Amino acid sequence: MATATFRIWRGDANEGKFVDYETEVSEGMVVLDAVHKIQAEQANDLAVRWNCKAGKCGSCSAEVNGNPKLMCMTRLNEIPLDAPVTVEPMHAFPLIKDLVTDVSWNFEVKKKIKPFNPRPADADDGTWRMAQEDIDRVQEFRKCIECYLCQDVCHVLREHDLHDKFIGPRFFVYAAALEMHPLDTENRLEELKNTDGIGYCNITKCCTKVCPEHITITDNAIIPLKERVVDQFYDPIKKLFRIFRPKQ
Amino acid sequence: MVQYETHEYDVLVIGAGGAGLRAAIEASSAGVSVGLVCKSLLGKAHTVMAEGGVAAALANVDERDGWRVHFADTMRGGQYLNNWRMAELHAKEAPDRVRELEAWGALFDRTQDGRILQRNFGGHQYPRLAHVGDRTGLEMIRVLQDHGIHQGVDVHMECTVISLLKDDGRVVGAFGYEREKGRFKIFSAKAVVLATGGVGKAFKITSNSWEYTGDGHSLAYHAGAELIDMEFVQFHPTGMVWPPSVRGILVTEGVRGEGGILTNSEGDRFMFDHIPELYQNQTSDDPEEGWRYTQGDRDARRPPELLTRDHVARCIVREVQEGRGSPHGGVFLDISWISEKISNAEEHIRRKLPSMYHQFMQLADIDITKEPMEVGPTTHYVMGGIRVDADSQMTSVPGLFAGGECGAGLHGANRLGGNSLSDLLVFGKRAGEYAAQFAKENGVGKVNEAEIEAVASEALKPFDNADGENPFQIQYDLQDMMQDLVGIARSDDGLHNAGEEIHKLVQRADQAGVGGNREYNPGWHTALDLEHMLTISEAIALAALERKASIGAHSRDDYPEKEEPGAGKYNTVVRKNADGEMEVSREPIPELREDLQDVIEEMG
Ligand SMILES: Cc1cc2nc3c(=O)[nH]c(=O)nc-3n(C[C@H](O)[C@H](O)[C@H](O)COP(=O)(O)OP(=O)(O)OC[C@H]3O[C@@H](n4cnc5c(N)ncnc54)[C@H](O)[C@@H]3O)c2cc1C
Ligand code: SF4
Ligand code: SF4
Ligand code: FES
Repeated sequence: MATATFRIWRGDANEGKFVDYETEVSEGMVVLDAVHKIQAEQANDLAVRWNCKAGKCGSCSAEVNGNPKLMCMTRLNEIPLDAPVTVEPMHAFPLIKDLVTDVSWNFEVKKKIKPFNPRPADADDGTWRMAQEDIDRVQEFRKCIECYLCQDVCHVLREHDLHDKFIGPRFFVYAAALEMHPLDTENRLEELKNTDGIGYCNITKCCTKVCPEHITITDNAIIPLKERVVDQFYDPIKKLFRIFRPKQ
Repeated sequence: MVQYETHEYDVLVIGAGGAGLRAAIEASSAGVSVGLVCKSLLGKAHTVMAEGGVAAALANVDERDGWRVHFADTMRGGQYLNNWRMAELHAKEAPDRVRELEAWGALFDRTQDGRILQRNFGGHQYPRLAHVGDRTGLEMIRVLQDHGIHQGVDVHMECTVISLLKDDGRVVGAFGYEREKGRFKIFSAKAVVLATGGVGKAFKITSNSWEYTGDGHSLAYHAGAELIDMEFVQFHPTGMVWPPSVRGILVTEGVRGEGGILTNSEGDRFMFDHIPELYQNQTSDDPEEGWRYTQGDRDARRPPELLTRDHVARCIVREVQEGRGSPHGGVFLDISWISEKISNAEEHIRRKLPSMYHQFMQLADIDITKEPMEVGPTTHYVMGGIRVDADSQMTSVPGLFAGGECGAGLHGANRLGGNSLSDLLVFGKRAGEYAAQFAKENGVGKVNEAEIEAVASEALKPFDNADGENPFQIQYDLQDMMQDLVGIARSDDGLHNAGEEIHKLVQRADQAGVGGNREYNPGWHTALDLEHMLTISEAIALAALERKASIGAHSRDDYPEKEEPGAGKYNTVVRKNADGEMEVSREPIPELREDLQDVIEEMG
């Protein structure tokens, strides 16, 4: 049987290094399978997160040969196996151990975004009517599996470390899903501008490129939100208009 | 002296899938303090993986639907071994629970007139599953999570409960450890809700994740609660079979709901070969009629591919055993054939089944819009579980509640697809409500120091034993054994063997050792899981031995008849006896209430 070498980051917040593990590989394997095999046979205490093994839960995010990926959806036949395959944790978050990072910041950010607040029900039985066409774009955003790969790759977080001024692409997608929800009545534009730091995004589209759910984060979520912010805060006529018709 | 942190709540919910989140939301809105504990990060529980939909008789697509039909379908699917009161509550309350999700922000797919769309699924007479493409569970868990985080619930992520704490016959808290540092946490609570999901990881081929080690079942059992009907483990007919690394991953029943057909190596639609008596009136014997059913023709009857899961799984096993399987030991599931019927088939498939398309493309190099998939049975769900009171979800141990997959009763001998997500909502809510009530009516219990010391030293034992056996190896051996001896086809000999093997594995698990330290150590975690896995494996094998018949998901090669002559309808009940041994008994199922009996008769 063929073998391959995996160069896996081992360590915690204080210190660490890459360790090479050689293991057998077989048809159809994904990176997560190899990591599990190494964990079961050679390194029982190798820390890694996973749940679904089918790209549905967003637990197994890591950087494989430098690319932010879900390990469970990265087939070994997509990557060269003649050189060691490097597997390391996401860089935009503090390390806990090995491949596991502390992503708790994301949960805190979400809590601060104003929750869904629906208009009164359309029908007497307390239900609403919505056309499929009107929810298509929000359903795209709701495909998000919270893998945080987009957060990992965004330079504002990764290089500039602006975690306290910028909520990151995942939460622009989240805010967009709320803002464009046909039933929602809340307005989140002021926060987007002032505390969520949407202005820091310079539309590099790196986030869109890595999203395993193929959400067009930049074009469909961020740019429309930026436009709304501009409309509300910089265009006096539209601003007036919005006072009377607060939401579209 | 063992070191630990202490947290106090009125209600402690263990598990943050659909059931746990719904329970936490309900308890918290009743005005009590709530702690929520889960093994993974928030939003990653099994519920996130559910694909096909949530069953509720909203009657948006077919106005003939209603709670009575849903009730009758659930009972028939469960071979009438269900707790009928639970089936009644479930059918009546599911529609409100689904509508409530919409009020919290969920966006289900829509009908033409803008209401929640519903799709066909096995065993459901009318299109009944509210859904979002094939990612319904994601929508559900996300909406509960996003609603829940604003309810003041205190969440402990990546924290694993390893024992319940009792005082004077009542549950007073739980002992857990957080993964990051490996530190112990003691939760003191007036009421505890178990919402820990299933047991599938005890088997080799499964759609379940590492979390499904039967913790809640085992915690409840060791705390003195009863487990019922543990022999009923659902083998979902369609899991992936190739390549080996994805074996077991689920292929949603939605594929068949959208018109997918099952064929063998000879190209026959073998599901037409045998249609069980109970379903003969409702099933079409003509492929054309079956197709019309999937396309919403209200006068057509369902195709046999949409019969209940237990039956479809057995038919697949039969085809494979008789040499008509696919190259990798499954059968073919084909949705691409619908291009003969509709013009934009490729696009239609990608829109209706996006994650299936993606999953096969990425993991198996198969384009499901062009070629058939290979599928075979995979361990998926456990119908059996912790025995609860139908209305309050309280177990036989005061202060201990259970809801969702780890609770039992609703599904009888076989669960219908889509009835789990609705189960989580209906009984998660009830568990939260009654746990809050219990907490209001009872004071704080006393957590016993000696008990904490004992649990802690047991938990740390694998570290004293660094040269002991690799816990992963013990887990693999257990999974292989359960798959072979307690899987889809069972027999007296096999089950007796399984019992002996489990005892050997218990001894090995006792000698398991782990290296490294307590920080985020999967080896240690696996060693701790073993006790739960072995407990529930023993319960499944024992209950399977007790039921000498083949009914629903439980198949005995040596007892092919559906009922044991003269035995009547009963539950198997597993409990710990006074000597600390596991014992099984039978208890007759209470007679169906008359008005419910009438409903069943009326529905034919
Ligand atoms: C691939 C797949 C597809 C499915 N599709 C459908 C479908 O379409 N329709 C349907 O109705 N059903 C479906 N099901 C079944 C359904 O998803 C599950 O039965 C349901 O989600 C279980 O929910 P739960 O809330 O009971 O448990 P889960 O969602 O599994 O949550 C269990 C929780 O308990 C926690 N936990 C467990 N043990 C401990 C412990 N010791 N300490 C602390 N926390 C613990 C876990 O971390 C987790 O948070 C599907 C299942 C799978 C696997
Ligand atoms: S487009 Fe904006 S949010 Fe996305 S990676 Fe670039 S800067 Fe970050
Ligand atoms: S938007 Fe995409 S990349 Fe970002 S967290 Fe969600 S799924 Fe992951
Ligand atoms: S394990 Fe769920 S996305 Fe990889």
